[in-house]
Amino acid sequence: MMHIPCPWCGARDENEFVCGGTSHLQRPALDVSDEVWGAYLFFRDNPKGVHLERWRHVHGCGQWFNAARNTLTHEILSVYRMTDPVPQ
Amino acid sequence: MTGRRLQEPLGTRLDRARRIGFEFNGRPLSGFAGDTLASALLANGVQLVGRSFKLHRPRGIFSCGVEEPTGLVDVGAGAQRTPNTRATLVEIHEGLIASSVNCWPSVGFDLAALNNGFSALLPAGFYYKTFKWPGWRVFEPSIRRLAGLGRASGERDPDRYEELSAAAEVAVIGAGIAGLSAAVAAAEAGAATVLLTSSAAPGGSLGWRAGPDRQRVADLAARAAALGVKLLTRTMAFGIYDHNLLCAAESLPAGTQAASAGRLRERLWKIRARAVIAATGAFERPMLFPDNDRPGVMLAAAADKYAQAYGVACGGRVVIAANSDSGYAVAASLRAAGIDVAALIDRRPPSDIAASQPGLRIITGAAISRVFGRRSVRGCTIVAADGQGIRPERIDCDLILSAGGHAPAVHLHTQAGGRLRWVDDCAMFVPEGHTPGLASAGACAGVFAMEDAAGHATELGRALARGQAAPAAPVGGAGRSLAAAYMPNVRGKQFVDLQNDVAVSDVGLAAQENFRSVEHLKRYTTTGMGTDQGKTSNVNALVLMGEFTGRHPGQVGTTRFRPPFAPTSVGLLVGRRVGELYRPLKRLSAEDWHAARGALFENFGNWRRPAAYPLAGESLDAAAQREAAAVRRTAGLLDGSPLGKLEIFGPDAAEFLDLMYVGTLSNMRIGQARYGLLLNEHGVVMDDGIVARLGAQRFWVNTTSAGIERSSAAFEEWLQCEFTSLKVLVTPVTSRWGNLTVAGPEAWNWLAAAGFDPALAPQRMAHMTMQECELDGVELRVLRASFSGELGYEINLPDAASHALIERLWALAPRFGAVPYGIEALEILRTEKGYIHVGTDTDGTTLPGDIGFGRAIERKAANFVGRRSLLTPAARDPGRLQLVALLPTDRRTRLPVGAQIAARPPPTLTEGHVTSSYHSPELGMPVALGMLARGSQRLGERVRVHHLGSRIEAEVVKAPFVDPAGERLK
Amino acid sequence: MKYSAWSLLRGALGGHRQWPPAWRDAAPKPRYDVVIVGGGGHGLAAAYYLAKNHGITNVAVVERGWIGGGNTGRNTTIVRSNYLYPESARLYDFSLKLYEGLSQALNFNIMLSQRGQLMLAHSRHDLDSMSRWANAMRMNGIQAELLSREAVAALAPVIDLSPQARFPVLGAFMQRRAGTARHDAVAWGYARAASALGVDIIQNCEVRGFINEGGRCVGVDTARGALRAERVGIAAAGHSSVLAKLAGFRLPVTSYALQAMVTEPLKPLLDTVVISPSTGAYVSQSDKGEIVIGAMLDLFPSYAQRGSFAVTQAILAATLAIFPSFSRLRLMRQWAGIVDVVHDSSPIIGPTPVPGLYINCGWGTGGFKAIPAGGWTLAHVLATGATHPLAEPFQLGRFVSGRLVDEAAASGIAH
Repeated sequence: MMHIPCPWCGARDENEFVCGGTSHLQRPALDVSDEVWGAYLFFRDNPKGVHLERWRHVHGCGQWFNAARNTLTHEILSVYRMTDPVPQ
Repeated sequence: MTGRRLQEPLGTRLDRARRIGFEFNGRPLSGFAGDTLASALLANGVQLVGRSFKLHRPRGIFSCGVEEPTGLVDVGAGAQRTPNTRATLVEIHEGLIASSVNCWPSVGFDLAALNNGFSALLPAGFYYKTFKWPGWRVFEPSIRRLAGLGRASGERDPDRYEELSAAAEVAVIGAGIAGLSAAVAAAEAGAATVLLTSSAAPGGSLGWRAGPDRQRVADLAARAAALGVKLLTRTMAFGIYDHNLLCAAESLPAGTQAASAGRLRERLWKIRARAVIAATGAFERPMLFPDNDRPGVMLAAAADKYAQAYGVACGGRVVIAANSDSGYAVAASLRAAGIDVAALIDRRPPSDIAASQPGLRIITGAAISRVFGRRSVRGCTIVAADGQGIRPERIDCDLILSAGGHAPAVHLHTQAGGRLRWVDDCAMFVPEGHTPGLASAGACAGVFAMEDAAGHATELGRALARGQAAPAAPVGGAGRSLAAAYMPNVRGKQFVDLQNDVAVSDVGLAAQENFRSVEHLKRYTTTGMGTDQGKTSNVNALVLMGEFTGRHPGQVGTTRFRPPFAPTSVGLLVGRRVGELYRPLKRLSAEDWHAARGALFENFGNWRRPAAYPLAGESLDAAAQREAAAVRRTAGLLDGSPLGKLEIFGPDAAEFLDLMYVGTLSNMRIGQARYGLLLNEHGVVMDDGIVARLGAQRFWVNTTSAGIERSSAAFEEWLQCEFTSLKVLVTPVTSRWGNLTVAGPEAWNWLAAAGFDPALAPQRMAHMTMQECELDGVELRVLRASFSGELGYEINLPDAASHALIERLWALAPRFGAVPYGIEALEILRTEKGYIHVGTDTDGTTLPGDIGFGRAIERKAANFVGRRSLLTPAARDPGRLQLVALLPTDRRTRLPVGAQIAARPPPTLTEGHVTSSYHSPELGMPVALGMLARGSQRLGERVRVHHLGSRIEAEVVKAPFVDPAGERLK
Repeated sequence: MKYSAWSLLRGALGGHRQWPPAWRDAAPKPRYDVVIVGGGGHGLAAAYYLAKNHGITNVAVVERGWIGGGNTGRNTTIVRSNYLYPESARLYDFSLKLYEGLSQALNFNIMLSQRGQLMLAHSRHDLDSMSRWANAMRMNGIQAELLSREAVAALAPVIDLSPQARFPVLGAFMQRRAGTARHDAVAWGYARAASALGVDIIQNCEVRGFINEGGRCVGVDTARGALRAERVGIAAAGHSSVLAKLAGFRLPVTSYALQAMVTEPLKPLLDTVVISPSTGAYVSQSDKGEIVIGAMLDLFPSYAQRGSFAVTQAILAATLAIFPSFSRLRLMRQWAGIVDVVHDSSPIIGPTPVPGLYINCGWGTGGFKAIPAGGWTLAHVLATGATHPLAEPFQLGRFVSGRLVDEAAASGIAH
């Protein structure tokens, strides 16, 4: 069970959160092709290593935030706000 | 083996003043307070304890701890019966009942022991090679009957379990000299420290050995207590999980069974620790020789502990078979305890021997080639290990001790992701460095010299308390040991895994057949797959595999240890999440009122709600028919409190709702309400409900009662993650607001009689509008809407006030012939009207166009969630399933929900299915809704409906079935 | 050497010295007709069917670790074909039929045990859903039946059948042909049979890249050298995206951990497979006596074969809700596999954007039951270049056209 540092509440157990999957996806406009829309909906990098993803502290403050997390070790390298840019 | 008690000071764990009676296999026995079941059985001379898994060979107690492979018993009676319990871990108490596992009719005479006679036919993996013809199904039933070890109670567990969370800067596992030293050092450095031991008291092996070192660990324990170290005894750390979550099981002493039903049995500790120090000691590696599984063959260190801690001599005349120096220490200890050690048989050449003892017969370069006795040991034959130089000799004995070297308990280290390395001269795997979260100290780190262990552990505790790097472990002190060596060319099975009957020959066969990787070895032979998880067998098995395949043990590798370290109660892991507390149901605040009206409650999602209110002798269906008819004729009252409710505020609230919903909501006037459909980004119908505008920047949003959680989550996710510039606040208010729905032609008259504001009268308040008003000082939000097709008022009010309002309305009900109605009647009413129920008529593939919202979407210019997904070829496929109304052609036969629509009987391609189906009290015939391919084009068509082999003719008709013009809503 | 009771008897007389290696550990050759990346069930089955059905024996299966060590050896061993949509039903029932003859075909007892699977209904809504399901299965030509509460009690009395239960049992839906098979045996049986037909099985050989010439995949780079091939197949569930990235494309796949666990072995107390969709409990008893418990996904992307303790606790709580008497049993082992999760919980079997490279992936939580069909259809496309008719609905293009085969969405179950 991971210990996830909510930017607002501090570190809490994983079961207080839900993971919303890959972050920083750009939502296409209505007039894009089926290929572009399909890529947005379904296709993911799915890296074995650092993944930028969003989490919600659902049984806590209710806020969404971004996390850079290693999918192999589960180490959380950083958390940052939804509107923050991709960390270096 | 003739077990007996030894005199004090031996038996440091015992309170000899308290004699305790217990029962084993129906036989009354006694022991002392402080005994384990194993020590008490040994003291009583009980040798035969159980039968092995495959061959049903007689087995006894083999170890003195958690690694026990053979001494398994079922403990307790009735609902408290606990199967497969290691006798070595059970503290005896008055009235304890235990019985042997895996034997029938008794452990002494076990019919399945016939297997042993055919053991040549049953090598590793024999079942993969046979039982194929005529089919496994022919053989499997009898094999299943023989399988398994203990017998489960089959009853609900009366005892309780709880879960506690704790935080620590340093958590130390194991309270031997290393663990105590580490904990004291960490606490002295100022760290909040917790110390876990699976034993009843701290001290480790120094603590139970009668001798001067007892005081040393007692002093350390006292020092730890004085420093505020939190000590958890009888607490077994079984797993280390992500981000240093250490999980441990605390057993609470049983006391007497009679008084103990419903007692707190075990406690789960979840300790989030900044640093963890494992000081979990080491296991002993058994020797391999023919019939090394007989009752009366046991681990040397175990016999030593039984003598020291429990005052039990496990035998009267002992032969020690050794491969390492540790056997010599045991010999000395036993002899000092007054036990006759007939000989120490050392497999190693004399040059390797670091220890010697005057007066002890030591035979080097020798090994056991035969054990006499089946259910107990009577002697053994000694031969030269390499076949030369020693004349075979029989030695009479009743106990053979096995001292094959050490196997550090590296389980937590590998669970934490640590790697291992093989140390050749003492033939063991030790941790390769430390992991970021966990460091090892003492024997589990390969540090066997006492002062080295204490010193290193102290440094480690101090360093980790200060957040510094962990010092490397000074591995050593274990003495020299050979890697496991079996006896070639002798008769009899040499067992590697005693529980699963895996012998040296099985490992050889695995090597021969190319099951050479550690995991293949384990899975093919089942070695290490028993309840002991290979604590005494893993290292021998892979050393043997190395030997058979010409590899170094380090090249063979080890399997990665997984939690739990030792088998852990399911009940403990579940804690209090049982019975009513497992996903607790939500209850209506007026539940008592409903119950008093005779409500038949059922679970709907997470809510316990009235399905109907049957009168005496009335069925659920009949009650629902009566209630639905009453709503159409007079009036009915539904407790709709579980309906999902949200308030949405803010300057951008209207814009936000337009982005979320299929329809346009921003152009509603204040007080106006509209039906809204929510999609997910895949265009799939997710939920529906009415949205009302309470103010320029305030909206009231209803969702389905089942959909509130996913809908409010979707609102938040889109708001926070995508539409981030909008200024909107979403507040779930389901539990804040109760909801009473009054529907039927008499609905307003009833409300008026109850004193509701005349402004709510249907003449003054239009259908699909909402008004905020008061009734006797209680704030109300009244929505004129209808899911029944009748004049309807949804009265939202503070939930605490809903019970009082129900009473008030109910007092007037007789005047209007009004009834309470439940979910079943509601479903009948809405089906008669052709209204969909999301999740019943729709599933996770339904698009808005499939349920008649194609036009509404064409009319809306703006984008909304899911819209682009409605433009894909699949979404625009004319063959999609579409909502239809269905009537049985005979107007009598109800179409079963789930029945499939197809022109031909199965097997064939389905064209759709029935989704909702009820007898209509209004029409006096069954009505149904369904999803049908191209359904909207097929009005008037006849279709065939297939249900479990039966066929019903039906026709596609126009919905709604009742009041098509909507006159009753006006 | 043929396996039989007779040969076993001969073995017993001869100290079992006659048994040859079950499969050859081959050294990599520089050139093959087909290279398959991934020595799990699907990859080994594909190799076997390439040789058996298509006569293509110059085939290598390259495996990073040891064969059968991925999800093939980490599942709850359940086989069934109770699917709602014809596309899925056809594929999975074909698989089950192959399983039914597999012990004979491979001359290796995979211990197929068709003791049935009960799917419990806990509400009238559940009963309606199961009615749809059972009827849909019959439409697909697959036997299915609805059972009363009493029939459930007779089949599995260890289930809590009290009306007061938090999740009361109102009935069930059953496929009698469903059951379990010995997972390792499936991998080993295919490996042995494929090896006997000439396939090279190469363990401890990690693929580091795909050889691309003129935009076409012509082989793989491995830790043990380059292996060139006419066609290359990937069957490496859990790591599909990692390999796709090496080959230069993306997949509609996310990797999640899926846990399973077993208790200590017990005398028989549960004869069928039981699943309770409302709670997530998924339970059977192995021939060895262990209670085998399958979990729901750990719902965050992961390549760590561990599993979250929170999920372990949740699935055990669900298990006790259905089987309260399991409280005093002890959990003996817990593990996790990394599964490919696709939005519609259906597989992908066919060409990739790279010519010459084909993939079998996306099985989600249910790849084991599909091994024979997954191998068969991958072999077909590798041998002929044409998609097998059973695999037609399961192409990458559906994530553009929207023609998903969404079993989970329709049934609420992703297993």
